[in-house]
Amino acid sequence: MGLVSALEHVVKKPVWDCRMCGQCVLHDTGMTCPMTCPKTLRNGPCGGVREDGHCEVKPEMRCVWVKAEERSRTLPLMPQDWRDHFNNLRPPVDNRLKGTSSWQNLVSGRDKVTPAGWTPEPAEAEQAEA
Amino acid sequence: MSRLGEVLERGDELIITGEAPVIDGGTLADYEAKLAELAPWCDAMNATDNTAAHAHASNVAMAIAMQRLGVEPILQVVCRDKNRIAQQADIMGAALHGVENVCCLTGDDVTAGDESEARRVFDLDGPQLIRVASSLREGRYLSGRSVGTPPPLVIGAVENPGAQPFDYRAQRAAKKIMAGARFLQLQICYHPERLEAFVSALHAGGWTERCAILPSVVAVKGAGPLRFMDSSVPGISVPAGVISRVADAAEPAEEAYALFREQCEHALSLPGVRGLHLTDFRKDGSMARLCTDLGIKPRSEREQHAHHRVVAV
Repeated sequence: MGLVSALEHVVKKPVWDCRMCGQCVLHDTGMTCPMTCPKTLRNGPCGGVREDGHCEVKPEMRCVWVKAEERSRTLPLMPQDWRDHFNNLRPPVDNRLKGTSSWQNLVSGRDKVTPAGWTPEPAEAEQAEA
Repeated sequence: MSRLGEVLERGDELIITGEAPVIDGGTLADYEAKLAELAPWCDAMNATDNTAAHAHASNVAMAIAMQRLGVEPILQVVCRDKNRIAQQADIMGAALHGVENVCCLTGDDVTAGDESEARRVFDLDGPQLIRVASSLREGRYLSGRSVGTPPPLVIGAVENPGAQPFDYRAQRAAKKIMAGARFLQLQICYHPERLEAFVSALHAGGWTERCAILPSVVAVKGAGPLRFMDSSVPGISVPAGVISRVADAAEPAEEAYALFREQCEHALSLPGVRGLHLTDFRKDGSMARLCTDLGIKPRSEREQHAHHRVVAV
């Protein structure tokens, strides 16, 4: 682990229980880390959420995505486009980035690299509301 | 294109899909007998992928078996047991055998099954898998490598209208539709008001024109399975009143059928609902009874009628 990733881990672990996936999407997910979901889902809650809003896998824990969805609407001081990005289709995780610094990957653009067959969403997706 | 794909394309006809029973040993002939009750009513049936995290004959093998028995399969693919490479291989492998319907799910966790100690995979999630299946249909693997002759996949997904966060579920469904889902089999829902709110949000957003909404309804024989679903099936809650309605009835089996029928009627009455996804745990002729009660014709007759109409036009 490099100096930057070590520093990132020290900052983000206590606050967000950061798992160092190296491709941080906290800003799009109500400042709630999706990698803390036992299924590591990046695109919203699975169908197994319990009646009380708790996790299918860990009944004692509130569903990460129930929390994320609520926070994406209610957290103060969050830019509007962070809120709007909540329902975006996030690409598959690049497992090679695990343990690297998402800050460095953000600056270098490495965290935006997706497989060649992954097509971006259609433009209308940005505005989509059901 | 698959029969299901054709019905979807025709736009306004009723669609019935069914949950095929899992296979644990036995022969094709045994399996044919198990399919016999529900199959005649269905446009296609789900070849499930280790349901509730229990190992069974694989989704691909099951889909091929159904294909051989003249039942159109929907290959269910979950994200729990295999990574993106194996998932793409399964979809392409099944397509080689003519299996074109694919239903993409995140899947229950390993803890829902009888081998909780297993490693969970979830390399992709449900919405990503839909997008990957779409990309196979468009002619390339996720890596970008070309698929020689792209399979004409008919892609579907699931959504749970009855699980939290309730108000967000329709948006999540819309996300799946945008990713390429053309049909959505909904999770079984014992809260009619939640189903109604979910479907009406999708309908108001125009999503039901792009995607067939198929609420799931399950036929059970008594209160036992209702209690079991409530306590043990992830994401399903059955209100106490519904359980006691069946448990306290003079004839619980008859009351359970009445509940099943009501749920089907209610779902079909909602604007934007295209049909039903049926599961039969009664195995006592209830599928034929339901379809007769609701005026639903067998699949072959529905199809004949549709073709007749097309020719007439």
